Amino acid sequence: MISEEVQTADKVMVAKANAIKLDRKKRLSGDIIFRSLTILFALSILVIILLMVVEMIQESLPAMKIFGWKFMTTSTWDAVQGEFGALPFIWGSVISSILAILLATPLSVGAALFITEIVPRRIGAVIASLAELLAAIPSVIYGLWGVLVMAPWLQGSVEPFLIDHFGAIPFFRGAPYGVSMLAAILILMIMIVPIITSITKEVIMAVPTSQREAAVALGATRWEMIRTAVLPYGKSGILGAVILGLGRAIGETMAVTMVIGNTPRISMSLLDPGYTMPSVIANEFAEASSKLHSAALMEIGIMLLFVTLIINMLARLLLWSITRGEKGGGRI
Amino acid sequence: MSSLTWRKLKSSGMTFLMAAFTLLVLVPLVMIFFHIVKMGFSSINLDFFTQIPKPPGEVGGGMANGMLGSGVLIFTSSLLGIPVGIFGAIYLTEYGGGKLANIIRFCADVLSGIPSIITGMVAYTLLVVPMKGFSALAGSFALALIMIPIVLRTTEEQLKLVPTSLREASLALGIPMWQTTLKVTLRSALAGVMTGILLSIARVAGETAPLLFTALGNQFWSRKLTEPIAALPLQIFNFAISPYDDWHRLAWAGALVLVSIMFGLSLSARFFGRTRGRGN
Repeated sequence: MISEEVQTADKVMVAKANAIKLDRKKRLSGDIIFRSLTILFALSILVIILLMVVEMIQESLPAMKIFGWKFMTTSTWDAVQGEFGALPFIWGSVISSILAILLATPLSVGAALFITEIVPRRIGAVIASLAELLAAIPSVIYGLWGVLVMAPWLQGSVEPFLIDHFGAIPFFRGAPYGVSMLAAILILMIMIVPIITSITKEVIMAVPTSQREAAVALGATRWEMIRTAVLPYGKSGILGAVILGLGRAIGETMAVTMVIGNTPRISMSLLDPGYTMPSVIANEFAEASSKLHSAALMEIGIMLLFVTLIINMLARLLLWSITRGEKGGGRI
Repeated sequence: MSSLTWRKLKSSGMTFLMAAFTLLVLVPLVMIFFHIVKMGFSSINLDFFTQIPKPPGEVGGGMANGMLGSGVLIFTSSLLGIPVGIFGAIYLTEYGGGKLANIIRFCADVLSGIPSIITGMVAYTLLVVPMKGFSALAGSFALALIMIPIVLRTTEEQLKLVPTSLREASLALGIPMWQTTLKVTLRSALAGVMTGILLSIARVAGETAPLLFTALGNQFWSRKLTEPIAALPLQIFNFAISPYDDWHRLAWAGALVLVSIMFGLSLSARFFGRTRGRGN
């Protein structure tokens, strides 16, 4: 009797154990499905980048085959004759973004230092969040302001002044068009300054207070403290911020397209209209007249993609070395 | 002059310079904001919200189709962008360790720096060419490509903040990992995740370049997702570069609406962010 009872109890236990096992299997399959799903979606990031590179290379092959390296060194852009050389666009992109970054860097670093080192924390935070809010304005609105407010102002007062007083310098020769390389440089500068400022601010705030205290304890003035303790410590981070700003400037499309004048020529004068790589894509891609035309635009796109990929990788590597590793992960 | 006075003078000089630079940074931004508000308010009227654009040169009309179109584009791109971003982030924090996760993180950061016009070109070759026409779907796809890395990185940051003990408690109660992740980890990070989603929506709401040759724009109402569709930023662009004063007026009104929507989104994002901080 007793042993029978024990046996049935045993059987029940075994059945329960089996049920639990089965249950666990079911659960595990749920886990496996869920896990695979997350991996799939995470990998989609890699797939997207690969897809971009492969698709664009494939689409630009016709132009690459016909023009080869000459594509980057010739400056005829004639959709009717089927002659395509991208030099004016490369020139425009390089000049506009480099001059914009040269103007924006001292302004941004100065503003970031002012926000973090000089004004009280509260006021600094207000200025920073104001700049951040304004940085979120879409580029088409910068372009709208650029073409309807800034360009007429440049045409009416700034450019005539430059021509009158500095007309001897080749950079300021020509007629006041308003829409010009100068307008593109200024609008780019206005757009990237908030980005560089806010990243530089983060970088400077990550400089340990002990560094500053050490400098001050040795008798440094405020500027000497910044120059000897803060800036050297944040050097690579600030460089990362500037490079990130450069990437943004090179890829910026709408605002530049609206103010640069869209004329494919290479001119020393900043007052002349120009053209950039993203602008020509924006203007011509939807209405490309032939396979070769759209392949040529694709090739400009792939150059743009590679340049921005490299610039962004560089910037991220520089910035990661600073911001990484301070926060704990939640992973089990 | 003693060297100490000189050093102090230099320090004050630099301080002054930094203040001047800050002012120089803020002036154009404030001016842009000022013009949007001034020109926007003087140009906006009820027609703007109810009418579609008039033919070139005619006075009046509005951007109702553009606003609806932007709404449709944002909604459809969210359907793809948000789940992919969130699940990708779950992989990074809950399952992924080591190299692969770092590579994905890195690629997400790099992807968010690629010019948005490139995503438009890719969407063009992948969707517009095979479907033989510009469409709202292609536009949404291009926007989703922009959303994914933003949602992924912000969600990841939020999931990292959830204490490990919470996950352990749930697992110890016998709740499977996937349910723990969805019902415990993700739910306790929900407010922060919402912040990220709102920020990504604010970002794509203003995107113009990727729509130029995917959604293309439309002067009328669109009925199908396979047709070209109007979008607010596209209309602002087309009207701003037109030679008509009345279209400039509409562009300013559109800019005011777009900026208000974006500020609304980022303010609510901040609100979500704050409630989270208080709740814990």
